Amino acid sequence: MPEMNMVQAINDALRFEMQQDDRVVVLGEDVGKVGGVFRVTAGLFDEFGADRVIDTPLSEGGIIGTAVGMALYGLRPIPEIQFSDFIFPAYDQIVSEVAKYRYRSGGEFPCNMVIRTPVGGGIRGGHYHSQSPEAQFIHVAGLKVVCPSTAADAKGLLLASIRDPDPVLFFEPKRVYRAAKGEVPEGDYTVELGKANVIREGKSLTVISYGAMLYEAMDAAEKAAEHGIECEVIDLRTLWPLDIDTIIASVKKTGRVVIVHEAPRSCGLGGELVSLINEKAFLHLEAPPRRVTGFDTPFPYTLEMEYLPLSHRILPALTETANY
Amino acid sequence: MKRREEGLEFFRQLLLIRRFEEESARAYSMGKIGGFLHLYIGQEAIAVGACAAIQKDDYAVTTYRDHGLALARGMPPGVAMAELYGKQTGCSQGLGGSMHFFHSETNMLGGHGIVGGHRPLAAGVAFASKYQGYPHVTLAFYGEGASSIGASHEAMSLAALWKLPIVFICENNQYAMGTPLKRHLSITDISLKADAYGMAKDRFVADDVFTVRDRIQAAVDRARSGEGPTLIEIRTYRFRGHSMSDPAKYRTKSELDAEKQRDALTRLEKQLLEDDGTKDQVAAIRETVEAEIAEAIQFAESSPEPGLELLEATTYDGDFAR
Ligand SMILES: Cc1ncc(C[n+]2csc(CCOP(=O)(O)OP(=O)(O)O)c2C)c(N)n1
Repeated sequence: MPEMNMVQAINDALRFEMQQDDRVVVLGEDVGKVGGVFRVTAGLFDEFGADRVIDTPLSEGGIIGTAVGMALYGLRPIPEIQFSDFIFPAYDQIVSEVAKYRYRSGGEFPCNMVIRTPVGGGIRGGHYHSQSPEAQFIHVAGLKVVCPSTAADAKGLLLASIRDPDPVLFFEPKRVYRAAKGEVPEGDYTVELGKANVIREGKSLTVISYGAMLYEAMDAAEKAAEHGIECEVIDLRTLWPLDIDTIIASVKKTGRVVIVHEAPRSCGLGGELVSLINEKAFLHLEAPPRRVTGFDTPFPYTLEMEYLPLSHRILPALTETANY
Repeated sequence: MKRREEGLEFFRQLLLIRRFEEESARAYSMGKIGGFLHLYIGQEAIAVGACAAIQKDDYAVTTYRDHGLALARGMPPGVAMAELYGKQTGCSQGLGGSMHFFHSETNMLGGHGIVGGHRPLAAGVAFASKYQGYPHVTLAFYGEGASSIGASHEAMSLAALWKLPIVFICENNQYAMGTPLKRHLSITDISLKADAYGMAKDRFVADDVFTVRDRIQAAVDRARSGEGPTLIEIRTYRFRGHSMSDPAKYRTKSELDAEKQRDALTRLEKQLLEDDGTKDQVAAIRETVEAEIAEAIQFAESSPEPGLELLEATTYDGDFAR
């Protein structure tokens, strides 16, 4: 199996599907000739031409809006939003059209597209190049939301997303775009949507995370192991719909749970997870569920490493929850 | 006589911005400034000319490429540099960085990172000044790339309908990141957009700061006297990449060299050096600017980092933060 980083793996998935299926088109700002600001679409323009790898004007509402029409006609559009911070001019299209088309047409017009967008902090980007808005899309019924943490998952989940009959928001954790390196299966390879991955087994405590923060959670879990705390670490991979069975099975086993995400705390995915765990595993809990998250502020420019829930902030939550 | 003094002052400002930008690029390369740094090098004549056309109490709103406008409006270079360094003494307490320059003393309403998003709010500022009966004019700068986004059209539509005292200044530097104008707009004369809203328009090249000032002045006068908004397209060029992380491979060196021939700073310096009434002062201005920049860097370097408490306290007024 070839070794790839996440950028290469996503590029590989796009290329593979474009070769297989000529309904697949990619559109976005500088995705064509330039190959994307993170080089994710590099080479696709040369291979598939300007009709399939479409450089758009600076017009997020236009990008998503036209992708809706393309999908309704039967294409498989993959719009890219350059940074997830710039998705909001298109929020109306996503919330009012993309998410609701299937439902309000009585199932006649599914709106299958994959909106790819880099997410999260860690590159000193400040307010508008760092945010994690996933919860704002989960809250909109009708969208699936995916966030891989490894290169292989990025490929497998992207191919599954493109073939999924529903619209998918595909968040790419840019902090680990190049750092998340590993073996990636060649050719056709899918990872089923809605399935979490238990990447570390343990009996003391369940740790749930995704995207770039998964690595921080893993690091903290390894350090906790030095204190005899064996964490079970779950990589959600698909943020919505959640793999609730895997989560609940783990929490029933450990009785303790810590959730880690870099998005702001309030009304984040962590809050929903805690509710579900309370509803479905209340009698198994031996400690209050904990969240280690970003802050309820805009993403700051200077205090980035304080804002992010890095390993050193996660570790005390793990030990306290384990010893509660 | 007046023109000579003006010329020298314009030169000082153009040079200050140029040198500020060169030094921020250097600090960025050394890792002292993070994130995305969009330099104004090549476009200085627009901010300097525009600020010379407005009064102290007027308002200015711009994009993330905002250092030049802030300095031309009179933000102290040290405060600006400290913001780039993310220091507490920066104009936005170090929380914003390069793209978020705000300065209430000079009515500099930011630094905006969402392309086009600031244009409607600029119209709102103009509305408010008109509503309260103050003779203020608002300048709203944007890049030609912002022409396609909805907020741009909503802003112009409202500004024209309500005859607001605002001047939209399109800094057409020919590229929206890696995409040249002709690949992202169906027309390349951006000033034509004004016609759709029944708004006055103008269009010229930014190679001479006097021209920039005078042409913007005419629009500002119209706005101030109640004749409504103007859309001005000013052709310019950025000599560097879109931001520090852009190697600008999408354009040729010969194109860049040709554009540099029109550099308003070099041209003005040449004029000043050829004029016996000004030539002796050029070196002195260079020295003052150099000292000012050195002081700004020193100020930024020695200022304190923001403390953790800033993560919470600034979100709301008062004690609402948890
Ligand atoms: C809504 C939104 N979409 C995308 C971006 C990313 N982006 C930042 S600047 C830019 C190009 C802007 O070009 P232009 O308006 O011509 O201004 P210039 O940078 O040339 O000054 C893009 C695509 C953004 N900041 N905001």
